[in-house]
Amino acid sequence: MPEREKDLAIAAHGVHKKYASAPALAGFDLEVARGSVHGLLGPNGAGKTTAVRIMTTLLDADEGSVRVCGFDVAREGRQVRRRIGLVGQYAAVDEELSGRQNLVMFARLSRLSPRAAKARADELLERFGLAETGSKRISAYSGGMRRRLDLAAGLLVAPEVLFVDEPTTGLDPAGRREVWDAVRGLVRGGTTVLLTTQYLEEADQLADQISMLARGRVVAGGTPAELKARVGDDWLELVPRAESDAARIAQIVAPWAGAEIHIAHGRVRVPVADRTSSLLGAAAALRDAGIPLADLAIRTPTLDEVFIQLTGESTLQGVPA
Amino acid sequence: MTTYSDSLADRFRWTISDTLTITRRELQHWRNRPGVLAFNWLFPVLMMAMFTGLLGGAIDVATEGSYVDFVMPGVFAMTMFFGLEGTMLAVSTDAASGVTDRFRSLPMSGLAVVAGRCVADMVNSVIGLAVVVMAGLLFGWRPDASGPAIAAAFALLLLLRFAVLWIGVFLGLKTKNKEAVSAVQVIVWPLLFLSSVFVDTATMPGWLGTIAAANPLSATATATRDLFGNPSLGGGSWFAENAFALAVAMPVLLVIVFLPLSAFTYRHLRR
Repeated sequence: MPEREKDLAIAAHGVHKKYASAPALAGFDLEVARGSVHGLLGPNGAGKTTAVRIMTTLLDADEGSVRVCGFDVAREGRQVRRRIGLVGQYAAVDEELSGRQNLVMFARLSRLSPRAAKARADELLERFGLAETGSKRISAYSGGMRRRLDLAAGLLVAPEVLFVDEPTTGLDPAGRREVWDAVRGLVRGGTTVLLTTQYLEEADQLADQISMLARGRVVAGGTPAELKARVGDDWLELVPRAESDAARIAQIVAPWAGAEIHIAHGRVRVPVADRTSSLLGAAAALRDAGIPLADLAIRTPTLDEVFIQLTGESTLQGVPA
Repeated sequence: MTTYSDSLADRFRWTISDTLTITRRELQHWRNRPGVLAFNWLFPVLMMAMFTGLLGGAIDVATEGSYVDFVMPGVFAMTMFFGLEGTMLAVSTDAASGVTDRFRSLPMSGLAVVAGRCVADMVNSVIGLAVVVMAGLLFGWRPDASGPAIAAAFALLLLLRFAVLWIGVFLGLKTKNKEAVSAVQVIVWPLLFLSSVFVDTATMPGWLGTIAAANPLSATATATRDLFGNPSLGGGSWFAENAFALAVAMPVLLVIVFLPLSAFTYRHLRR
């Protein structure tokens, strides 16, 4: 193992995974530093779940190497499983048991003594505001209670790496802050967190580093600020009345583009340096060309824009910047 | 912080401990849902009452004696056979809901997941068997045999349960939706009636009777009838003559096929 990888909580290189129908991962690479929160972002079907299932030893990769805490997931699965925790859709709790029964059972299976398992279960129920409802069956829990119990189940043995999937979906703002605080608290305690989500806001709030996943591979990575900077300061967004005009528009407004122009879903996005002159210039040029527009606006990028730019279905290559 | 050791002795100790934890989980399920459990235990009694009460009068003629003495060993075999659905439903629900994945993400013994299920299901079936035996005694069923023969009869019944347990684990791992479970719940009925559980296979059309006699359920029903000293009929057929040997061999064969298949399927959840 290269010396550098000892400092990494997760090191995945060239991971391929193909299901019967289609490839789920096609050259997936990921490096996560110890003690950081890493956001893995991607739309449904991008391969997030497959990637996490491989990193947590639930699934074998077809190709590539994955190390978690320095251990190979394929050959040293037991060592990996001792050091990880799973929260969210990756692993369920037992609906027919109470919250306390679940936590005690999973604590016992994680090698805690009967006494320690009970104490740990009570401690976590208390911490997540479930002490009162601990003896109720999970199937009677509200969505928020269920989320908090999921989180507790992932934290039973203070994992070195915690895999968290969309931890705040369906939570009210107060519940969301509570979960975020819990995750931040863990990181202060030295835990590495891999957060997968479709929600950029969540990644923006929590993650030190973000990897964007599209069609089975990481298409961009960096801090939230770096990713936003990559897109440029502002966008000129043009929506033609006829989608077929998009390519012609891109040619016409190319002189104002500060970076590569992208076309996605009938919208032309032009990174621009100067808001006013590019807006006026592009508007005049398109009027002269006689192309009818449905919308024309200047926008400031969010992580959403970065995401759409990097994962959009259609990009216009070769337009001079 | 927990300390870990990988010595063989420790792993054995933890496998036992994990098996007990998983078994306890099943017992907690029972305690949380006593209604479902009671229904499963009483259903064979309902079947028995139906057959002896409603149909027994008509069948008595053929058995030249008490239908209840004929049918009870069959009902015991049926009770064991019905355990298939319970095992399959539990395994399938765990696989579909993600509980199996939770177990697989823990540093626990993989063997314990199935071993715990096995212990809990066997305990469940022993209780179910005790319930239907007591009901049979109330209805007038009497074994006419020595203690060791009766013990051997119960051993054969539990062997059948052990065999269908592995079919249930295999099917449960293969089918992750409720529809497939429902399909199996339907298929068990023709399998049940195409046997010597309720009637003598000699009364069926020849070819059908042969198929029914070859059913593992028939072997266990006929062999336990012999051991309990109850009328077994169906005399003469090769299957009836060798019922005891078949009642041992067929479940053992099922275990030899389905236990490795289950282990293989569990491991290949990783594929």
